[in-house]
Amino acid sequence: MNLLEKLDAAAAARKAMLPEGVGAFGIPIEEVYSATEARIGKRRVLLLGTNNYLGLTFAPECIQAAHKALDEEGTGTTGSRMANGSYYGHRALEREFADFYDCGSGIVFTTGYQANLGTISGLVGRGDTVLIDGDSHASIFDGCILSGAEIIRFKHNDMADMEKRLRRLGDRTETTLIIVEGIYSMLGDQAPLADIVELKNKYRCTLLLDEAHSLGVLGETGQGLVEKTGLQKEVDFITGTFSKSLCSIGGFCVSNHPQLDQLRYVSHPYIFTASPSPATIASTRAALQLLREGSHLRRQLWKNCTQLYNRLAEIGYQVGPEPGPVIAAILDNPKQALQIWQRLLEKNIYVNLILPPAAPDGKSLVRCSVNAAHTTEQMTYVGDSFANLYHEILQS
Amino acid sequence: MTNNNYNEIIELLCDRLDSLADSEVNITAETNLISELSIDSVKLLNLIMEIEDAFDISIPINALADVQTVHELASLISKIKSAS
Ligand SMILES: Cc1ncc(COP(=O)(O)O)c(C=O)c1O
Repeated sequence: MNLLEKLDAAAAARKAMLPEGVGAFGIPIEEVYSATEARIGKRRVLLLGTNNYLGLTFAPECIQAAHKALDEEGTGTTGSRMANGSYYGHRALEREFADFYDCGSGIVFTTGYQANLGTISGLVGRGDTVLIDGDSHASIFDGCILSGAEIIRFKHNDMADMEKRLRRLGDRTETTLIIVEGIYSMLGDQAPLADIVELKNKYRCTLLLDEAHSLGVLGETGQGLVEKTGLQKEVDFITGTFSKSLCSIGGFCVSNHPQLDQLRYVSHPYIFTASPSPATIASTRAALQLLREGSHLRRQLWKNCTQLYNRLAEIGYQVGPEPGPVIAAILDNPKQALQIWQRLLEKNIYVNLILPPAAPDGKSLVRCSVNAAHTTEQMTYVGDSFANLYHEILQS
Repeated sequence: MTNNNYNEIIELLCDRLDSLADSEVNITAETNLISELSIDSVKLLNLIMEIEDAFDISIPINALADVQTVHELASLISKIKSAS
């Protein structure tokens, strides 16, 4: 099989799973109306599959800041952070992140994906070990591969399995980086951070926490799981993304270890890529301010999360272990998942469809992402639609 | 189990794979895990976890990338076991 034939074979396998004409992946959004509505084809749909957790995509403060930066600083930096791409805004945003987490320093990356790649590959290398959760995001996994460290996975959120693996490492735990996520993007469940910190201290490892989905969502000021658990001082490195609650693109890492700064000189995903555009940085700075002051947004978000989570569970859907901004109906049969996804779209609701092998344990997910701009009425409509489909598809 | 004997590892692997594989393939040291056995990746990962517990080791994912046959898996386990 030559290279192109291999791609053909993969395409055939994908098509066998998705009937012709079903564009569940990369669906074209024709127009965006607001944080909760857009046009897909001829339909005005309710967006329930975005990572816009605080609903800030159209926040006037962010749009104005971006406009101003665009006018004053141009469309792009045309260079690396290492060379000509560190403007005032990039450095200010780093200070603001460090201040937000009450940490010594912060680094801004061009995407959250690169924040993980750059941080992990800067911290560990050949001869070191990474101990990662079995449900880790691809950016964590790819960062580990890039680093050349030995990759060991523990069962998702299973502390007994994690400890077993730490014990098996013997004296190598001192060069082991544990990596977990604040909220896991598949089922919306949180890492048991207090237990993880206890093990990290017992075995003297280093801990990296990715707050991608928990930034803005957990904790009084929205720091994430560290704030909710009060464990800010126990986590060595925190990474995150601007692409979810901050509604732009980019990523960051903060730490109390002054060694963080050294990453700027060794981390390829930091050096060999252009820095975020001035407008991106400006809107992110404005969004971070709104996020810090956004307790009211978090309250509305959690009200929506709890309403929809409880409703899906009541109807009889298998859902994740706890409510969160990501709420997944877990299905054994991919065909049924696809049917539900399609019928929801016909009811003008856009959610995410996740089929094996992307979903854990060979399951399929119809995954909703709730945000603070959704109304109670919208959540009720979504719940009713899921209820109808349960009878129509799962009980027929 | 604390045994580190290559032959016993092979025996255990063949035995476990036999019960997992749908096909009628006669499993030997040379059997290719991916192309010859129709075991899905979830089952294979579960099997790896079971083996890890049986030998009280962790098999790094990067090391698994080079494993094609039962023999290669057994050698890897034996190597990790004797290093631990
Ligand atoms: C857990 C996690 N980490 C990192 C990322 C990467 O973020 P970005 O979209 O900024 O590349 C994502 C987003 O998909 C994620 O879910």
